Amino acid sequence: METSGSQRRGPRRVSVDHLALLESHAIFVLREVAAEAERPVLLFSGGKDSAVLLHLAVKAFRPGGLPFPVMHVDTGHNFPEVIKFRDEQMSRLGERLIVASVQESIDRGRVPDPGPNASRNRLQTTTLLDAIAEHAFDACFGGARRDEDKARAKERVLSFRDSFGQWDPKRQRPELWHLYQGRVQPGEHVRAFPLSDWTELDIWQYVSRESLELPDIYYAHRRPVVKRDGMLLAVCEWVVPLPGEEVREESVRFRTVGDATCTGAVLSSARTVAQVIDETATSRVSERGATRADDKFSETAMEDRKREGYF
Amino acid sequence: MRGTSEVSPPDDATPTACMDLLRFAAVGSVDDGKSTLIGRLLYDTRQLFDDQVAAVEVASARRGIGEVDLSFITDGLRAEREQGITIDVAYRYAATRRRKLVIADCPGHVQYTRNMATGASTSDLALVVVDVATGLREQTRRHACIAALLGVDQFVVCANKMDLVDWREGPYRQVEAEVQELAGRLGVSSWRVIPVSALHGDFVVRRSPSAPWYDGPTVLEALEDAPSGAWAEGHGTQLGGGARLPVQWVLRRRGGGRSYAGMVNGGALRTGDEVVVLPEGWRTTVTAIETYDGPLDEAPVGISVSVDVADDLDVSRGDLLADAKSPPSVLKDLVATVCWFSDRPLRGGDRLRVKHTTRTTPARVTGVTGRVDVHRLEVAAADELVNNDIGIIELTTAVPLAVDAYRDDRITGSFVLIDEATNATVAAGMVGEPFLAGPGDGCSGTASATRRTA
Ligand SMILES: Nc1nc2c(ncn2[C@@H]2O[C@H](COP(=O)(O)OP(=O)(O)O)[C@@H](O)[C@H]2O)c(=O)[nH]1
Repeated sequence: METSGSQRRGPRRVSVDHLALLESHAIFVLREVAAEAERPVLLFSGGKDSAVLLHLAVKAFRPGGLPFPVMHVDTGHNFPEVIKFRDEQMSRLGERLIVASVQESIDRGRVPDPGPNASRNRLQTTTLLDAIAEHAFDACFGGARRDEDKARAKERVLSFRDSFGQWDPKRQRPELWHLYQGRVQPGEHVRAFPLSDWTELDIWQYVSRESLELPDIYYAHRRPVVKRDGMLLAVCEWVVPLPGEEVREESVRFRTVGDATCTGAVLSSARTVAQVIDETATSRVSERGATRADDKFSETAMEDRKREGYF
Repeated sequence: MRGTSEVSPPDDATPTACMDLLRFAAVGSVDDGKSTLIGRLLYDTRQLFDDQVAAVEVASARRGIGEVDLSFITDGLRAEREQGITIDVAYRYAATRRRKLVIADCPGHVQYTRNMATGASTSDLALVVVDVATGLREQTRRHACIAALLGVDQFVVCANKMDLVDWREGPYRQVEAEVQELAGRLGVSSWRVIPVSALHGDFVVRRSPSAPWYDGPTVLEALEDAPSGAWAEGHGTQLGGGARLPVQWVLRRRGGGRSYAGMVNGGALRTGDEVVVLPEGWRTTVTAIETYDGPLDEAPVGISVSVDVADDLDVSRGDLLADAKSPPSVLKDLVATVCWFSDRPLRGGDRLRVKHTTRTTPARVTGVTGRVDVHRLEVAAADELVNNDIGIIELTTAVPLAVDAYRDDRITGSFVLIDEATNATVAAGMVGEPFLAGPGDGCSGTASATRRTA
C-alpha cells in the first residue's frame, strides 16, 4: 500500500485555484458516497479520467485502503497499453480489481456476438448491469464529465438508476448544495460522478500538476491507422482494413480510450503533457466528436445509451 | 456562423493552470433568450468545438430554422428539443485566462422549480435574462426570488433583444428601474443591468457601438469581475468567519490515531485552533491538518482535509468541528424556509428524514406557518405547502443539529428533506426565515450603492 506523506514537504499553504477546488470537491463526493453506500465500487476503464478518479480516491482515503473495489468492464477489444497500465496501477496501489468481461457475457449468451470487426461498446451495458447485480453494488463511481456530451451536461453528480439500471432524465432528484443524497431501495443504485465539473483541459492540467502516469497511447506515437467513418482507427486484431481502405502510418495520440473498434486517434505530435495541454487548449474538435464513433450516429446517441444504463 | 465570423478570439482565451472558479446560475423567462445568450457566450469565447457547431447547424436545418439557433447548444435532451423547453439544469463550462466559469443553465417552468433550485444552490451569482421589450415577467421575478432566497446575492441582468427596440435607452432604463426595485426587496446587495443582443452578440463578449449611452461592462467582463466562492464561504463576516468542518469519514492513522476527514467551510481552519465538537460540546485543539500531499498550517474554505485533535474523543461521521469562538447553535427545534418538491402536500405532523451536513436523522414537521408569495414578495399565512411552494416550517429533529442561519453559512445552514418511503429528495431547507423587504423599504440602502452601470 502506498504511504501518505511520502512526498512530505513540511507545513505549507494551498492556493485555492480551480484545480484545488475541483480536487477538493471530488474528494468530498468520494468520501460522502463511500460513507453512505453499503457496497460502492469504482469503475475504471484505464483511461485518463479513470486514472484521475483513482488518484483522487487514493487521496481521499490514504493512509487507509480504498473502502471499495475497483471494477473494469473489459470489452476484450482493448489496447494492450491500457491493460498494462491498469495492472501496473492496481499492483502499485495494492487495491482489489474486479474484471467484468464482455466476452463472458457473449459466451454465456447474455448478449449476441456482434462479430469480429464490430464495436462492443454498447454490449458493455449488459455486462456492467449484470456485475452490479451480482455484487449488489449500490453506488458506482465513474469518471464521466459533463463537458463530454449534451446528455451528460444535464446529469447530477449522484445519478439515480432504477432496478433496470435506467436513467430517467425527466425525474432526476434535486441535488442541492453539497447534500448528495444516494439512498436507494434494494436493486437500485446510484452512479456517482466526482469529475462532473471537470473539463478535458482541467484533466490534463491536473495530470500535469500531479505528475500522473497515463497509458502511452495518450501521447503521440507512430502507428498504422485506417480512416473509417471519418475517424482514424488503429489497425489491430479487431480493426482489419476493409477492401478499399488505405493503411497509413501516422503520428497519432488518443484523447479517450475505449473499445479499440470505435475509439479514434487524432493526428498529433504532442509527446509530453505540456504539449498535449497546448493542443487541447487550441483544439477545434470536441473529445467525443473526434474520437468516438458510438456518438456520431445520432444527435441523442449518448442520451439513448445512458437511459439503458450505460456508464 | 453568420454574423460572427469577424469576431476574433479574446486575448485572454487561453486558460492557464491558475484560475479561480465562478459558479453562476442563468435564469429567465421562456423565450427571453437565455439559451441564445449562453450559446453566444460560449461561441464568442471560443468554447465550442467545430463539430458541436456543425451538429447545431444540422439540427437547426433539420427543423427548418433559417438562422443557426444558438439555443440548441444548451438544450440537450430529446424531450427538450421536441417540446422546445428546458426541463433540467444543463451545466456548461467556459474559461478565460483568469477564471473558470461553471454555468448552471436553469429551466424556466414552474414545475421544474426543483431543478432551478438545484442550479442556484451552489451559485455565486445569477445571470438574469430579460426581454427588454416586455420587462421583468412573472417567471423572471419568481426565479430572481428563488435565487435570492437561496442566498445568491449578486445579479447580472441582461436587458436582451435590444436590437428589437432599436437600441433605445428608454426601455433599458425601464428594466433597470424594475430591477432596482426587485433587488431592494430581495436584499440583493450587488446588481447591474447590461443592454445586450444575444442574437447578434452586442455586449455579451464584444463591446458594440450600438449603445453609445452605455459605458458599463460587457456580460463577460461582469462575470470576470464578480467575487467568486461566496457560496461556500457563507456570509459569515458578522460571525468572524468561524471555521466549520462537518466530519465525513474517520481515517485511521498508522500507529493508531484518528483523523477526521471533511471539507472546511465558513472560515479558514488553522493548526492550534481551539475547536468544539458538536453536538457533544467537547472542546479540543487542532494538532494537525493533513492532506495526502502533506500537512497544512492553514486549510482555507472549500478544501478537503483531515484533522487531528489533541484529545482522544469519540468523534464520528455527522459530528461537526467548529471554531470554539463562534460555534453554530445546537438545536432540535428549527424554523426554516423550505422549497417543497413533492406532489404530496407538506403538512404539520409529517415525518421525514433530514440530511444536514453529513448527518441524516428522522424529523417531524411540527407546523407549516407561512407561504412565500413570490409575486407580491410577501409571506402569507398557510398550513400546507404544495409542489413548488416556498414556505416557512417548524421542524423537530430526532438528534440535535449544529446549525447556522442560512444567511450566515450556506453549508451549515442548509438541509434537504427525504421521503422515508421513496427516498426522494422532497425539499430544500434553509435555517431561518426568508428576507423580504416591503415595497417601500426596498429601494433604499446598499443595492443601488454598489451598481456601476451608467
Ligand atoms: N431579435 C432577437 N432575438 C433574440 C435575441 N435573443 C434571443 N432571440 C430569439 O428569441 C427566441 C427565444 O430564444 P431562446 O434563447 O430559445 O430563449 P429561452 O427560452 O430563454 O432559452 C429565439 O427565437 C431567439 O432566436 C436577441 O437578442 N434579439
